[in-house]
Amino acid sequence: MSLLAEMNDKALKLGVPISVHLDVTYRCNERCVHCYLDHDDHGEMATAEIKDVLTQLSDAGVFFLTISGGEILMRRDLFEILEFARGLLFNVKLKTNGVMIREAEAKRIRELGVEQVQISVYSHRPEVHDAITKLPGSLKRTIEAIRFLRAQGLKVTIANVLMSANMADYSGVVALARELDVVYTLDPTITPKMDGDRSILNLNVGKSALDQVFHDPDLVGNVAEFCAPPPTPGEDIMEGYPCSAGHTFCYISPYGDVFPCVQFPLPSGNVRKQKFLDIWRGSAELKQVRAIRAKDLTTCSSCAHVGTCTRCPGLAYMEGSMLGPSTADCQKSFQRTGIPTANMLRRASMGIGTEIGPLIHIQPMLDASAEAH
Amino acid sequence: MAEKYILRSTAIAARMLGGEMMIMSVKDSTFFTLDPVATAIWQAADGRTALSEIVATRICSEFDVSLETAVRDAEQFAEELATRGILRISDLPISGSEQSASEQTSLQTSLPPT
Repeated sequence: MSLLAEMNDKALKLGVPISVHLDVTYRCNERCVHCYLDHDDHGEMATAEIKDVLTQLSDAGVFFLTISGGEILMRRDLFEILEFARGLLFNVKLKTNGVMIREAEAKRIRELGVEQVQISVYSHRPEVHDAITKLPGSLKRTIEAIRFLRAQGLKVTIANVLMSANMADYSGVVALARELDVVYTLDPTITPKMDGDRSILNLNVGKSALDQVFHDPDLVGNVAEFCAPPPTPGEDIMEGYPCSAGHTFCYISPYGDVFPCVQFPLPSGNVRKQKFLDIWRGSAELKQVRAIRAKDLTTCSSCAHVGTCTRCPGLAYMEGSMLGPSTADCQKSFQRTGIPTANMLRRASMGIGTEIGPLIHIQPMLDASAEAH
Repeated sequence: MAEKYILRSTAIAARMLGGEMMIMSVKDSTFFTLDPVATAIWQAADGRTALSEIVATRICSEFDVSLETAVRDAEQFAEELATRGILRISDLPISGSEQSASEQTSLQTSLPPT
């Protein structure tokens, strides 16, 4: 086990939130077609509020801090926030579209000791990328930002969200990443909109596209290994947790809402009303999430893929139950291995299609943000 | 024996976890953990306090070890951390203004609680 994995294990045993994702704004200079956010500002936390939250996170033992949005550079106080965060010795990772990063910003990011920057790139072709971001010229600016950041010696990762509009271009983005000397990551999942709009799920790539991706050695390495049938799960699997959300990781919105994860929008408290540590330790919702083991999952506990599935409890929650299946992950497991999931078999036996059921309508806690406003 | 002075680098991320200090270099993402003795030395590395004094007050007073042995071990430890860029070591006191531009950031005066 690596040293980092040992520390994660230790954090789990001690109940320490070693990692937090903080969205500082939902405002954005792009309008990506697949984005799940409401970009209007409903009263995002002010600079002093964010600094107070950061101090609380530091005291709580948070080590890894991901700062994201929206687009983080829409905040005029971003560098003030970053300087404060680095003063508290967080390991800081930024997620950005890079459009507002020029040489000066890249230099400052490096000076402040940011550990890595993740940048969204949808295609190597401007006509495809810019059609997704709805910002003409955005790919050119984004690539320039990556070059500025790399010139400063910063570690950069390209995040390539896969959807029907850019499916044909992922190889081009892989090649672009190699040319720019950055890490490439691919995410074939579209997240439902926070306002309950499910239409964007139509942007998900189809089954044949998933099949192609999962059998591409450039992406997955050893295809035989990656696509191998799942081994029979042992007791350690059945007693295991679905993921780190709520255990060693959580999410905080620009309005102070605390969720287990950005993709698991279960309102668990608000830092504008309560101390972070009181939420982390005392929230009934987080305790409920922490109580769930693989053996408790209603359908997935009997699935052949229970030990290897990428099941997101947040997507399951948004489909109707945090104990239930995530249909998007069922598709991935099936396309990867050719073995249908327990959920697929159950639905087939009931004569139900594989469409996602009604989504939970997620409400931001507007009363907290309205008070602060 | 010449005095040595040590100063924590700011090009790191650090946090206590269950009595161990986790440190990650932001330059190359190398990850370290420090045991309680190393943590005590690292936390006291303010650039102004001589290493021998740190060892005498923080280590020898807590652990049953001779000052000479402890200082020798501490210097070895400091040299190792210095080669990894997470500590600076000098024969003279090091002030915060001597940090390179790439390291400058506003360091909080208090370290995270144990």
